[in-house]
Formats: sequence, structure tokens, C-alpha cells
Amino acid sequence: MDFELIVPYIPNLRRYARALVGDRDGADDLVQDTLERAVRKFHLWRPGDLRAWLFSIMHNVFVNQLKSRKTALHVEIDEEMIAAPMPTATGSDVLDLQRALDRIAPEQREVVLLVALEDMTYADVSRALGIPIGTVMSRLSRGREKLRRAMDGEPAQAGLRVVQ
Amino acid sequence: MTSFDDERDLAELKARLHGQFDPVLTEPIPARMYLRHPAWLDYARAAILVTLGVAIGLALPLLEPRSAPVVATYSPLPVRAARAHLVYAPEVRHPVEVDAKEQDHLVKWLSKRLDVALTVPVLAREGFELLGGRLLPGPEGPVAQFMYQDASGKRLTLYVSRSRKGANVTAFRFAREGNVSVFYWVDRDCGYALSGEVDKPTLSRIASSVYRQIEP
Repeated sequence: MDFELIVPYIPNLRRYARALVGDRDGADDLVQDTLERAVRKFHLWRPGDLRAWLFSIMHNVFVNQLKSRKTALHVEIDEEMIAAPMPTATGSDVLDLQRALDRIAPEQREVVLLVALEDMTYADVSRALGIPIGTVMSRLSRGREKLRRAMDGEPAQAGLRVVQ
Repeated sequence: MTSFDDERDLAELKARLHGQFDPVLTEPIPARMYLRHPAWLDYARAAILVTLGVAIGLALPLLEPRSAPVVATYSPLPVRAARAHLVYAPEVRHPVEVDAKEQDHLVKWLSKRLDVALTVPVLAREGFELLGGRLLPGPEGPVAQFMYQDASGKRLTLYVSRSRKGANVTAFRFAREGNVSVFYWVDRDCGYALSGEVDKPTLSRIASSVYRQIEP
């Protein structure tokens, strides 16, 4: 059963998805779809880095979800892309980080999280996302810059302000 | 920004991300992740078949991979061992969960999880040093994997899973899964499989040494 081999990676996939998507249910849906796809496509996996392979599947699922959301909710796209802050979050620092993450472009958010949270090398990220290493580096630096500005209190849009 | 500032800034970002998201790692995995869709239900059914298959398979005097139709959904020991080898042997940064430096702890921990006193063979004479080991999920419960490496970086893994009560002891057998050669056998307590991308005579020699050390 190939599933046994995937199980040890579920916690990491969930952590990454939580940071990427923002809310728990959306993140777990992403993980769920990723696992199902991984099991279906397991015969395509070539011995090597299983972790990078799983993250590449998650990336494809994530991109597809963004696309279908874009077509299904054309009008609400801005609200949709900026996921709501987690209602369970505690402390303003946590909210700020989540909110800041939500405000950077998804493709930059992926690179920032794979490097800074999942501890991947640029080569791993390049494989997982299917982009050249140069693109990994530029997305990382742009993403970090945006994240820093967002956390340093660049004024939030009115609709995003958290009322406490 | 200087590179020093940049590194410090990245370290700070890492710390904040880990602070916020690491708790997710230890959250229980929702059951729906296994069971919401038919694909996952198949796995639940497969698990039942596995249990049956293993019981019947191990009761057969000769355990041949893929022999009995009832074990069709269950990967035999050498196949599981070879796949686990293919997953972890190429790992550069995390080949093992517990390093050989903590060998005492490693053996105690895995023995406790498998509920059997494990022996870690010494393969120095064959040119292989213990790198460490890890715990893996198996169809019947926890499985231990020990990893060895020689001076050229070539790796072998020893896969140990508990055998069922009353299981028949099997002789030394050989299997090949892709490029991975596997020698395996089942004794009263455990099934053992030694895997590596090495030629059969070499692996046979090392497997004999493992066998002698485990079955005195």
C-alpha cells in the first residue's frame, strides 16, 4: 500500500496548506485533494524525493483551485483571494502574520513558505513548483519584501481591518 | 540591505512562521482525510483484506510474494521494504529520524514501539556503518527501518516488521523490485528485509551476516 509511504508527510502538508490558504477547512480540503491525487498518480512517482513530489502535487491542486475560484466567483475575486483572517487566532502578532501572508500574491506566498517554513532548498522549490531557480529567487525576494512591508504596518485596506 | 541583515531577517521570518504554524504538525489528522471519498474507502477495505491476507499468507508454509490471490491488495514484505528503501535511501538531509549517535535511544524506542527486543546488526566488517533509523507505518502496525552507509555513500536499509502470532518461519528469500535487491526472511517474532541497490552476491553476504547476528 503506497499510502503508508505518504502518511509521514501529512503533517507537513497540512502545516504548509494552513499557512498557504489561511483557514483550517480550506487548508484541509487542499490536503485531502492532494492526497487523493497522489494515491491515484503514485505509479507516476519515480524514486527520489517523495516530499518534493507531494508538494508539487499540492501546488497543482492549489493552482487549479485558484483557477476554478476565479471563474466561479468572477465578481468576488478580490475578496476571495484575500482569505478571511482565522477566527481562532490569538494575539495581534499572529493575526498580522496571517493577514500579511494573505496579502501577498499566491505564487510568491508558495515560494516564501516552502523556503522559510518547509526549509526547502531553491532546487527543491524549483522542482516542486516547476519553475526555474532564478524565478524561485526573484519570487522569494519580492514575496519577502511585500511581507515585510505588510507586517511593518503598511495601512491595511479598510475592508480588511480587524475589529477587536 | 547587507547579506547579514538579510539572513537575520530570514531567520526571524522563519521563527515567526514556525511559531504560528508548527502546532499544526501535532494536530490529529482528521478522519475525513482517509474516508471521505471512495478512493479512501477502498483503502479501508484494503486494510481489512490486508489483515485477512496477512493471517492467511503467514499461515501458508511457503510465503511467496503475490502467490495467494487473497493478498492481492497487500504489498508483500520485500515490496514494502524496497519501496521504503526507495523513499528514504536517497534522502540527503533527513535519511533517518534518529541518528546512530543516539543508538541506545534508537534501539529502545523502536523496540518499545514494535513491542519486541530489536537487535541492530553491526556491519562494519562488510564496510557499512549504521546511520540511524526511523519508525514507519506498516499495514499491521509500526515498522522499523535501520539505515547503513558505506564509505562511497551507498546505502542499505533493514526493514523490520512484527510477524503475527503463530507465523511460520521462512527461509532466506530473494526478491527484486526495480533496481533494489531484497533479501528477506520471517522468524518467530519479526519479518526482516535487507534492501539495497547492490548486486545479489554482495547483498547475500551482508544479509547472511545480519541473519547470523539476529538469529543466534
